[in-house]
Amino acid sequence: MSSHTYDYLDGNAAAGELSAIFAMDVTIAEAQCAHCGAIKRFAEAHLYMQAPGVVARCADCEHVLLRFVKARQRAFLDLRGMTCLILDTSQLQEC
Amino acid sequence: MWRVGTVVALHDETATARTIALEVLDWAGHVAGQHVDVRLTASDGYSAVRSYSIASAPNAEKRVELTVERLPNGEVSPYLTQELAVGDRLELRGPIGGWFVWRTQQTEPIQLIAGGSGIVPLMAMIRSRASTGSAAPFRLLYSVREPGAVFYRDDLQTLSDRENKVSLTYAYTRVAPKDWPRPPGRIDAGLIADATWPSNRTPTCFVCGPTSFVEAATDLLIASGHGRDKIRTERFGPTGDRK
Repeated sequence: MSSHTYDYLDGNAAAGELSAIFAMDVTIAEAQCAHCGAIKRFAEAHLYMQAPGVVARCADCEHVLLRFVKARQRAFLDLRGMTCLILDTSQLQEC
Repeated sequence: MWRVGTVVALHDETATARTIALEVLDWAGHVAGQHVDVRLTASDGYSAVRSYSIASAPNAEKRVELTVERLPNGEVSPYLTQELAVGDRLELRGPIGGWFVWRTQQTEPIQLIAGGSGIVPLMAMIRSRASTGSAAPFRLLYSVREPGAVFYRDDLQTLSDRENKVSLTYAYTRVAPKDWPRPPGRIDAGLIADATWPSNRTPTCFVCGPTSFVEAATDLLIASGHGRDKIRTERFGPTGDRK
């Protein structure tokens, strides 16, 4: 695939990586984009995995929601692109 | 959390795809549509992680089946499809993902659209429906390069022949069987109109395949009146072994 527009996956592809950090499945949480204000499931974000880490972008405006990089025994998590993450706490009973 | 699965069976689906059945003793169960991460670690400590969809229905036997397509320059898939043997052990993380899933409590019409190996998580949904006796109306539109590239052919045939069937339509993109009514080609608006639920049935749609396929199928669904919020997608990338 040579087209640059088609180089992303869905936010759900980050579920494994994020499960190592979060107690709950973040991909089914609703995330509000800090740039355009859209509220969508994190699973619907556009996910770019070609970088040294993972970059999730808003499916509506393509601004960065999340960056996650692991290096030298550390994990760097940048969430400034999300104003709010709304988690379904009914999941907690399942954990 | 990483678990260990033991390979209990191997089955070739096509010339390039193999189903790997694993027994995972501490498996907590999964939901149809979920995936696992598989980690391979070399003797020098180098490790590679890839995601693979689960093909099997949830079951009580702690058995998990993955179908892996071999990619020509893949780092992980050639090992999994050519070298892995019964009795070998694999490291797994999962089940993963609560979004691209079909739960047996769902009763609304379901539209499944698969491109190539995108059939894998959708097959888990079809098998889950069958094993629980669900009456949710299912349709599958399966786009595949040629007849020899179809996964789960016998299973699909069985499940689309019986009562309370899954309605199945193949769309061949390069080579179609002899006398096939539709010339080989990509899915288009006509096929969507003929072979999928109309939007007034408000089905939940699951679309899985390569990114470009998912884009095209999603655009066609939206153009035929389906709401974006009724369409769930799982793309896998042109590079990397899966996803």
